[in-house]
Amino acid sequence: MSMSRETCINILLALLLLAVPVAAAELGEPFYVTLATRVAILALAAVGLNIALGLGGLVSFGHAAFFGIGGYVAGILASHAFEMSPLVFGIEGTTSMPVIWLTAIMIAGLVALPIGAISLRTTGVYFIMITLAFAQMIYYFAESWPTYGGADGLSIIMRNQFPGVNTARPLPYFLICYCLLIAGLGLYWLLQGSRFGLALQTARQNAIRLSSVGIAPFGIRLTAFVISAMVVGLAGALFADLNKFVSPSMLSWHMSGELIVLIILGGKGRLFGPVAGAAVYVLFEFALGGLTERWQFFLGLVLLGVVLFARGGLLGLLAGKARHD
Amino acid sequence: MSIALLIEQLLNGLQLGVMLFLMAAGLTLIFGVMGLINLAHGSLFMIGAFACAAVAAATGSFWLGLAASLVAAAAAGALIEVVIVRRLYARDHLDQVLATFALILILSEGTRWLFGSFPLYLDIPSLLQGAVPLPGVGQYQLYRLVIIAVGMIVAAGLYLLIARTRLGMRIRAGESDREMIAALGVDISTLYTVVFALGAALAGLAGALVGALQSVQVGMGEPVLILAFVVIVIGGIGSIKGALFGAILVGIVDTMGRFLLPKLLALVLPATQSGAIGGAIASMLIYILMALILAFRPRGLFAAQA
Repeated sequence: MSMSRETCINILLALLLLAVPVAAAELGEPFYVTLATRVAILALAAVGLNIALGLGGLVSFGHAAFFGIGGYVAGILASHAFEMSPLVFGIEGTTSMPVIWLTAIMIAGLVALPIGAISLRTTGVYFIMITLAFAQMIYYFAESWPTYGGADGLSIIMRNQFPGVNTARPLPYFLICYCLLIAGLGLYWLLQGSRFGLALQTARQNAIRLSSVGIAPFGIRLTAFVISAMVVGLAGALFADLNKFVSPSMLSWHMSGELIVLIILGGKGRLFGPVAGAAVYVLFEFALGGLTERWQFFLGLVLLGVVLFARGGLLGLLAGKARHD
Repeated sequence: MSIALLIEQLLNGLQLGVMLFLMAAGLTLIFGVMGLINLAHGSLFMIGAFACAAVAAATGSFWLGLAASLVAAAAAGALIEVVIVRRLYARDHLDQVLATFALILILSEGTRWLFGSFPLYLDIPSLLQGAVPLPGVGQYQLYRLVIIAVGMIVAAGLYLLIARTRLGMRIRAGESDREMIAALGVDISTLYTVVFALGAALAGLAGALVGALQSVQVGMGEPVLILAFVVIVIGGIGSIKGALFGAILVGIVDTMGRFLLPKLLALVLPATQSGAIGGAIASMLIYILMALILAFRPRGLFAAQA
């Protein structure tokens, strides 16, 4: 059985994202490893958003909320562990990455549940704006709440720990993030082909038809929204550990916009779209950011060009049209 | 807490609300008539403020600056509509969000390129400096009162424009059935450009008026844009009446929340905490209000006919 062109491109992308940092580490260029880690983490966040946006057609303009929540979970737990002061109810802080990840995933999911339940009562432009408003609410809360740094943000003194791995070095940390990205892609792939995923995609294409076969779209969409938020929350925790810093800018509406941009640059609703998009975005930022401070001007032009003339994104150009778009 | 202080805060809320109305009216018109969600509306606000500050600095006249802000924002709006936005009417909301997000990046960086990273300053014109005594004790800045008056006049003018003129009739017709009015021989694409430019001019006017109260800088439009979104979602997208009501509600709730909540919490909490918690909750208040309203009325308070 021959593989489709898109599968070949996907495998190539996955190998490339692994090979470049490994080679860079061999050559003693840790900067490129950090760059690749950034790609992997942003791609994971975009894979999470793609569950809601690509499969479910839910244009959430507020997923930065979950990204930032994940980041603050990492920052807050680490700072309590560092200062050896308990959080509320005598819970201790921790520097263990697995514990932090689980906490970030759970809290992002718990916050997403009421946000999704209220937002999904609306559709279309109202949905876009109410998700934006919820994210702003959390943004302003983080900005004006002084305990964890307020607008100045919160530093993570030392990168958190993973059993048996020296996370302070760039390559091992990249490999952790890479494995989680592959796991995230695996989740997306499983969801896409599952009964749940088929119902979700039907909810996007024709909600009335879904209802008429006896499945209420609301529950399906809400589940997708929460799963999507959990993956983005995990990515946020990784991002905070990468930068050793978390601030309200992770919660800002620019961040929400960027996450959507990553998906669109790569190709909406495709397995590896977020990976391609994140790679293009980070490379673009790096290449142009070195040449001119005004790189966002050119990013804007490119984005405008993609939206107006190349709607399939990078994978659309390379691998042809997606099915059922 | 004195009555004068309370009245002052109420007037501040009203002034914020009126300014939000100038933004929200354009957004809601553009959405109502063309079905377009325009994130770049905040950039038009910024363009108005920069045009006003630059012309006022060059000529020494605030009034020339104000005129320039209207012209610059309307011209920028018309240009954007003809070159880019026109291609987006038939697209879905996701494409509209992304394309106008790209426009924000382009316009913000472009403005920084032209004017540099330092903020510009705009003085209140000498005619409008000074304060007006409030009933009881205290006084209130004349300029802010003038902003409130300008907003009210614009609201009345918009009402007359839409309810009484031929252009307004076409706008209303465009809202209810755009294919039909195109079939009746109205040049729909010119109408769209005019509506977009009108909305842009209102945003530019708001930018110029507010520019004298704060510094004129890149990114100044974004917080206002998001507040204006909250306003039109509360009011019901497409409804001017909803925009006016929502704007004043949001302006007053936001201002009074920031003023009163820390004081109320001080009654039950120690002073060190009440300020921080009160401030944090107050900054979330309008979003909570919006979530509550949408939870019960998902299409806003004055939902326009779909």
